Amino acid sequence: MKAATSTRERRERALRFALPVAVLALGLAVWESLVRLNDIPPYVLPGPGLILRTLATDWAVLWQSLLVTLITTFEGFLLAAIGGVGLAVLFNQSRVVEYSFYPYAVILQVTPIVAIAPLLLIYLPQQAAVLVCAWIVAFFPVLANTTLGLNSVDRNLTDLFSLYGASRWQKLWHLKLPSALPHILGGLRIAGGLSLIGAVVAEIAAGSAGAGSGLAYRIAESSYRLNIPRMFAALLLLSVAGIAIFYLLTLINYLSLRRWHESALDAER
Amino acid sequence: MPPAPDSQFAPLVALRGVDKTFPSGTRALAGFDLEVRAGEFVTLLGPSGCGKSTALRIIAGLSEPTQGVVTWPQAAPANSAGRIGFVFQEPTLMPWASVFNNVLLPLKLKRSPAATAAKSVDAALDRVGLQKFSRAYPRQLSGGMRMRVSIARALVTEPQVLLMDEPFAALDEITRFKLNDDLLRMWQALRTTVIFVTHSVFEAVYLSSRVVVMAARPGRVFTEVAIEASYPRDQNFRTSPDYTALCRRTSEALAQAMAAGGEA
Repeated sequence: MKAATSTRERRERALRFALPVAVLALGLAVWESLVRLNDIPPYVLPGPGLILRTLATDWAVLWQSLLVTLITTFEGFLLAAIGGVGLAVLFNQSRVVEYSFYPYAVILQVTPIVAIAPLLLIYLPQQAAVLVCAWIVAFFPVLANTTLGLNSVDRNLTDLFSLYGASRWQKLWHLKLPSALPHILGGLRIAGGLSLIGAVVAEIAAGSAGAGSGLAYRIAESSYRLNIPRMFAALLLLSVAGIAIFYLLTLINYLSLRRWHESALDAER
Repeated sequence: MPPAPDSQFAPLVALRGVDKTFPSGTRALAGFDLEVRAGEFVTLLGPSGCGKSTALRIIAGLSEPTQGVVTWPQAAPANSAGRIGFVFQEPTLMPWASVFNNVLLPLKLKRSPAATAAKSVDAALDRVGLQKFSRAYPRQLSGGMRMRVSIARALVTEPQVLLMDEPFAALDEITRFKLNDDLLRMWQALRTTVIFVTHSVFEAVYLSSRVVVMAARPGRVFTEVAIEASYPRDQNFRTSPDYTALCRRTSEALAQAMAAGGEA
């Protein structure tokens, strides 16, 4: 009985991996053959083979640009994490601060970043503007999730801490933050992808102003030069970077919670 | 021998004329009087909504009475941390912390030195028979074991009084009987005072030296039943005619309390 289940499970897992790969291979094959059969010129639509070759030949340039974008993303993410958690803690400690500033955090979030980026580029040095963009998009989910987490603490545990005369700091450090950790990590997982988006949006806005060297700037630049294969190659790298960020954060999430949180526990009980 | 109530001394804790009205307008307690002497095992028994949990929270200082006073004649009220142990209806453990760290919590909050604290935690876990599980996480334990951890945590500060709010209500009967026996054993060994809340007549009679029967709407003391059977009590007591008679008496008192409790 148990063996049968595990065989089925293994087959299930193999399928979950094999099916998307098969779809990808099929898609690429169709794409490549369409391009070849119809003799589509590369400046209209390059085939996947050419894109990979471009990726290899332009690797030096693209790799440099990828690093620039990743560093911006990472810095934006870090600031979003610190800012989001920090603000949420501040809001949690003081009603006055929360009521004063929360609406502005929301306004910052709901205003489309594409519209803010050109303005920021006027007032800030370019690198700083890109960073601020990455931060603006990424910090709100961290703030919102952390706030939710800090407010969802078990009331009996709160009573218990009061009973033992815990200070405000002890309550925060030993009760509220650990209890909010799953929410915080959930917010960070969203923020990782968003800070990449923020960085890319700002780079594109900056790129059209004629400066920059990130991956998104390469895309904009290649577009002006009709270097379509390089556009695709850069896009591919961005996509891979996004996936890597997502899985890295998922891994961190799992490692931090596996001992105790429902979300990280095995299905088996 | 049971630690007999020491009547020549002032009570350990006394509530006089305590009223509690919640902001919603619900009157949980009205003119509630209670005196508990050191070494007693007092149970507050009553229908749901009679304010027994509220009374316990007021004794713990987690809730302020709207009127009336709570006094601790034998102790300086300023330093209440560690004088009271509280066991909630749920185990209320920190899921992110190991059993050891959960039990350590009261001492950590008091900033006790690490070495002595660790010894106290080991002793407390030993007392509830969980010394082997000190590195386990709450989710790995059964409901009964989690409640034991909760009791160990409440006892780790060697409190003068242990407050228990329907701690075994969610457990199965076998586990519950076992924990009842263990609790009595610990109470006698530690010579502490227990104020216990339950809505089970059988549990109240089995455990207590005195049962305070409460009436509801508003919550107040209806009558008291002294449980004069001697300790230690065990399985024999549970099946004895004395126990049955005491349960009947207490049930009758509870029925009258419920009849007096008004419209509910």
